[in-house]
Amino acid sequence: MADYEIPKVTGETGKLAVPAVEHDTMKGTGPWISKPHFQKEMHFPTDFEQIGGTTKYTLVDNWKERALDKLDDLRTRYRSLQVYLDICVKCGACTDKCHYFIGTADAKNMPVARQDLLRKVYRRYFTFAGKYFPKLVGAVDLTEDVVDDWYNYYHQCSQCRRCSVFCPYGIDTAEISMAAREILDHIGRGQKYCTEIMGKVHKIGNNLGLPQAALADTLEGLEEDVEWETGAKVKFPLDKKGADILLITPSADFFAEPHVDGLMGYAKVFHQAGLDWTLSSYASEGANFGMFIGSYENMRRIALRIRKAAQDLGVKRIVFGECGHAWRVAYSFLNTLAGPFDFLDPKYPVPQHVLEITWPLLQAGKLNIDKTRNDDKTLTFHDSCNIARGTRMGDKPGGQFDIPRNVIKAVCNNYVDMNQDTTHDATFCCGGGGGILTDDLMEIRVKGAAPRMEALKNVTENQGVTHMAAICAICKSQFTKVIPYYGFTMDQIVSVHQLVSNALILEGQLEYEKIERDEDDFY
Amino acid sequence: MILGTVFGVLFWVATLVLVLGIANKVRIYWKTPAPLKIPTMPAPVTQRGVVWRMFKEVVFFQSLFRASKPTWLFAFVFHMSLWLVLFRHVRYFQDPVSSIVLFMQPFGKYAGFAMILGLAGLLIRRIVVDRVRYISAPSDFLMLVLLIGIGATGLMTKFVVHTDVLQVKEFFRGLMLFNWQPLPSDPILLIHLASVAFLMLIFPISKLLHAPGIFFSPSRNQVDNPREQRHLAPWAADLEAQGKIYPDDK
Repeated sequence: MADYEIPKVTGETGKLAVPAVEHDTMKGTGPWISKPHFQKEMHFPTDFEQIGGTTKYTLVDNWKERALDKLDDLRTRYRSLQVYLDICVKCGACTDKCHYFIGTADAKNMPVARQDLLRKVYRRYFTFAGKYFPKLVGAVDLTEDVVDDWYNYYHQCSQCRRCSVFCPYGIDTAEISMAAREILDHIGRGQKYCTEIMGKVHKIGNNLGLPQAALADTLEGLEEDVEWETGAKVKFPLDKKGADILLITPSADFFAEPHVDGLMGYAKVFHQAGLDWTLSSYASEGANFGMFIGSYENMRRIALRIRKAAQDLGVKRIVFGECGHAWRVAYSFLNTLAGPFDFLDPKYPVPQHVLEITWPLLQAGKLNIDKTRNDDKTLTFHDSCNIARGTRMGDKPGGQFDIPRNVIKAVCNNYVDMNQDTTHDATFCCGGGGGILTDDLMEIRVKGAAPRMEALKNVTENQGVTHMAAICAICKSQFTKVIPYYGFTMDQIVSVHQLVSNALILEGQLEYEKIERDEDDFY
Repeated sequence: MILGTVFGVLFWVATLVLVLGIANKVRIYWKTPAPLKIPTMPAPVTQRGVVWRMFKEVVFFQSLFRASKPTWLFAFVFHMSLWLVLFRHVRYFQDPVSSIVLFMQPFGKYAGFAMILGLAGLLIRRIVVDRVRYISAPSDFLMLVLLIGIGATGLMTKFVVHTDVLQVKEFFRGLMLFNWQPLPSDPILLIHLASVAFLMLIFPISKLLHAPGIFFSPSRNQVDNPREQRHLAPWAADLEAQGKIYPDDK
């Protein structure tokens, strides 16, 4: 299946042993490089070119000076970067916490070593000790080899922030890797996957480049599917002016499995609760790849589409679907980037997560649930990294852990948690977050999934777990792609609202099902 | 008397470098905006909660405890002992010595041993654990050696070759008022004092900045309230006020 070794998972403990340090096991050329015309749309420099007949690119003119200028610019605009570059004491607390290090054993995948790729250059050019005693403090000159290492290893970080949980100073490698990618974008080393996708959002409104008509078609198809299954006319409104709720969801929800089952779940919940909602074709994307590349400007540009859609449609609230990074940008950044939202109904937080709608409805008994409809499954829950460590749900800290679990338990009879060192704020990333979910990075994706696979195997073998629920489009896409490498099957990954959808009984559904059964018997 | 003058100047310079150097760094951290809300969640939802979170980090090293028990043990023993030892040294600057400082003398005295044990543990870990060895620069080892040296020479002046501590006290009390006093010429004492001065000199240009820096770490010092309060950096507000998406927009 692959020309590299798949990490071994036994499922014995649910937690993989920390490997001995190896060198350069994941050295490489990194993901595909972004062409100048993609960079242009992002307002990044374009004075670099493909080296004839190869997949390689030159760097921009005066790249070294411009890289250092950018680093200097960023450290004066981001306190996180300045403080984190200065204060690491190399205690090693983070060294065994990264899923990519555990899966690859490559020394440069230890969080502090990854930070050091940039920190060593910072020290060399911006600190007294590094300027005059570089060898003593491990400072290095900025060379093309260093740039290659940056490009390679900063694209082996999913910005999941697990390391920052364990750092005694909270040093967040995600902040460093975002800054590094921003610098790389300014010297001709953008990542094609991210910039190409963002170009589509800027132009069309979603990562897929799905135009209004195609989206309307897709939604119509979903209405038919739900009606065919339940007999109920559940609407998937698009661009409906004056609706109460604008639903922003990752575009993967429109077509990918199991994402789309989640979208049907939201629609059924809204339908049964009598909520007036709509999608927007202008802002038909929850994901915001601007965060991955550390570009405040591009992230804001995408976020402002949501503000405009909300204003144009005249909605009262904004609700986000199941998407990890989208929820981080929404919960933590949206007010900053595209606020203030004083034109929305002040009774509701802006924005809300769809689980913050579903859970209170379940508690109030407003959804007609038949839990036995999920009795063919035993569930576990994968805490998505960006939701767990970058956001909250509800009004209490930790709601991001409890609310999804509460919802699952309210619609399923069988639920088991994985090894506690791999859940809640200690959760392991799926291996595909932060701009890594691209085919040219398959090896790191497969290896980075190993810690989660071990935890999953532990509960499947010992506690009869059959399915793992997730609330992130990237987690769902990543897992369906990589779990076959570990002996699982794609359909073992489910959306949380898919489970809600299974158990939710709509008006007239039972009668409809009976007629269908009778007809089947008849033929 | 030459010795007294040399060390007097050295300590004045070291103190100025330490204070001004840290003040400068704190000024930089302070004025550099944090444009986005990035507390590591779950995070406190009130400012008081943040103070409590920071207290647990600074006093008990909560995150390190979760990360690695041996590192936590060595680091905790070292830092807490260091506080006791530093407190004990207040007697060189006070006359009469306050009762609390007097009371703490014996604790401070033996804390010196604990401090060295903690540091030794950290040094051994840095050498033995392959991951920590890989991330260590020469300065990371030397920093521990320097601290062990300071602790060892300090203990020697107490337990091995007695120093005229009254004279040392005269020296430091005089120094505070620019009243230069002689210093005993014990080599051990001089190594101890020179090492301390060196540590003070490198403090603002080294990883010792973790001490003031942690208070400025956005992942630990921010309140989780982005939905309730709009958080906007001055440079982002400028961009917004100019109606621009990108700084290079016309």
